[in-house]
Amino acid sequence: MKTARLSVRRGTADEVPRYEEFFVPFEDGATVLDALIWIRAHRDPSLAIRYSCINANVCKECTIAVDGKVVYACTTRLVGEQPMVLDPLPGKRRLRDLVTETRPPRERLS
Amino acid sequence: MMHLDTDVLIVGAGGAGMYAAIAAARAGAERVLLVDKSLVGRGGATIMAQMTVAAALAEESADDWRWHLADTLEAGRGLCEETLTAVLCEEAPIRIREMGDWQVGWARRGNGRIAQVTAPGHSRPRCCYVDFLNTGPAVAATLRRQVSRIGAIRRLSNLAVNDLATADGAVVGAVALDAASGEPVTIAAKATIIATGGLTRIYRRNSASANMGGDGYALALMAGASLVDMEFVQFFPIGHLAPRLVGMDPIMWDPFRYKLGGRLLDGAGNEFLARYGSDETDAYTTPRDIASYAITREVAAGRGSPHGGVYLSFEHVPAAELREAFGPVVERLAKNGIDLARAPVEVSPIAHYHMGGIAVDERMASVVPGLYAAGEAVGGANGANRLSGNAIPEALVFGERAGRFAATAKPAGVWQDGAAAEAVERIRELAEGRKGDVAAAALLDELRTLMGDDVGPLRNAAGLGRALDRLGEMRAALPKLAIAPGRECNASLADWFELRASLIAAEAVTRAAFARRESRGAHQREDFTDSAAEFAKSRRVVMTAAGAIAASVAG
Repeated sequence: MKTARLSVRRGTADEVPRYEEFFVPFEDGATVLDALIWIRAHRDPSLAIRYSCINANVCKECTIAVDGKVVYACTTRLVGEQPMVLDPLPGKRRLRDLVTETRPPRERLS
Repeated sequence: MMHLDTDVLIVGAGGAGMYAAIAAARAGAERVLLVDKSLVGRGGATIMAQMTVAAALAEESADDWRWHLADTLEAGRGLCEETLTAVLCEEAPIRIREMGDWQVGWARRGNGRIAQVTAPGHSRPRCCYVDFLNTGPAVAATLRRQVSRIGAIRRLSNLAVNDLATADGAVVGAVALDAASGEPVTIAAKATIIATGGLTRIYRRNSASANMGGDGYALALMAGASLVDMEFVQFFPIGHLAPRLVGMDPIMWDPFRYKLGGRLLDGAGNEFLARYGSDETDAYTTPRDIASYAITREVAAGRGSPHGGVYLSFEHVPAAELREAFGPVVERLAKNGIDLARAPVEVSPIAHYHMGGIAVDERMASVVPGLYAAGEAVGGANGANRLSGNAIPEALVFGERAGRFAATAKPAGVWQDGAAAEAVERIRELAEGRKGDVAAAALLDELRTLMGDDVGPLRNAAGLGRALDRLGEMRAALPKLAIAPGRECNASLADWFELRASLIAAEAVTRAAFARRESRGAHQREDFTDSAAEFAKSRRVVMTAAGAIAASVAG
């Protein structure tokens, strides 16, 4: 088992943004989405993330920024040692933590 | 508080839900509301489907829907609700040709005919496809396009229906949680269709998307409807296990094993299927339930691979042939560190589809007035085991029927604010946050392991009893679970509702599995290894007014 070090941006749109650090055990090949799901189950269930298909890369919901680059969390591999910085998708209204408003306008209630 | 009013409410916007919306509008409904916990048309199982769609189109050779029916009934091991199965097989060709008219892009032969291949369990070439690994996304995109052209359909994403509202014994609408705002929303509906898919997400190893935790089964039970065949969870025998494969569906190996004759080997590299009565010398013919059973037995006997599965090997296939068959997939595999010419991959049974579901008649109406179901959420059409290729036709055929009959039925009841009061209050109270030692996210994790270990492909009384005890404890813990405060996108609030639904669905499966003291199709008992004539009927699961879940034999 290796350990990944993730610095995750937290907070709602109204709050002062802050970064929280998580250490996540992983096997080679595991993804950023795997780590976020692990954090929700084992460290902090309040972490807000958006995802649906988990593996197939068909839903495109888990788009975030990793080290400033826009990626799918489900296809981005974890690296050991070096910290990875996770931010919500830039250019979208932030809702909470890594969740941004990506719904088409007509599909929104609020 | 926001209140919506609609003619037909459809909960879940995968293949079945989108088709139900189209059909409801076509049948004259002026206001159709299509809602999804995830994004409309992006979640659910249809979009994940990779391979084939079964329909007796008779494009490649003579075929008849009655032959499709005969094959499906045989796979169902005597438990199919034949009226539903017949509807599925008879109307599948209509829906599949219609998808073709809507430009889904069915693969065609040089002569222009739709290509059809023979999938395991089908007696003739009957399964059409868009492209290797792309059938589901094409079907989903086609339905999204159709839905978006119909003005009567309003779509709402990230709206989670967690409770149905009942008045005088009829379903009159629902109460939902708007994830973005954290506010409750009430929805009055003349008819409500559950199209939430199955429950495979309650298993540790699964091919599910995030929102397949069994919501629809819990909604139906809580509203007074009954479920049928809940013990029959289809485990896809060769789901991907290791090394970690990303960007591809874990059930991707089937067509390649089918095409190239990929060999299944135990941890020591020996073939083992013959020991379970399956002869694969000439072709890949082992049905899904037998293969899942064989692999699970091998692992239980200590003959598994390092990650707890078996090996799938293509090492005997020449590299050029591999490259031709896999095409661009070779590069995608290489990115995952997989070179099939040099090393096998590890595979294992993974929860893939649920045969059980809401008991409905041929109009897709449940026993509760005003409540309908569509797609995988429906139980009975596939009996004890589903044939490959029957799931997308089921989504389309049952979706069409549910939408049409829901739109043309007389309203079952009248909305009353009181019908929603308890559920609205619960959302408000939980959103305040609650201190506690355990959160729902941790229990969801535990639930998946529990179901995988004790209610998986191979079951016995001790394991099922252990699961029932623990499921009961977890359900009892719901009122005390920790919830983080805050309304917008409160993940722990969403988890609480998911856990509540998943525990109900899990208990329905486990109670039915405990009561079926025999082995049949996808339900295999170590302590009752044979099928027994007395169990050749479907079992119903109901919920009492006090919330207890009970399984009984139908009839």
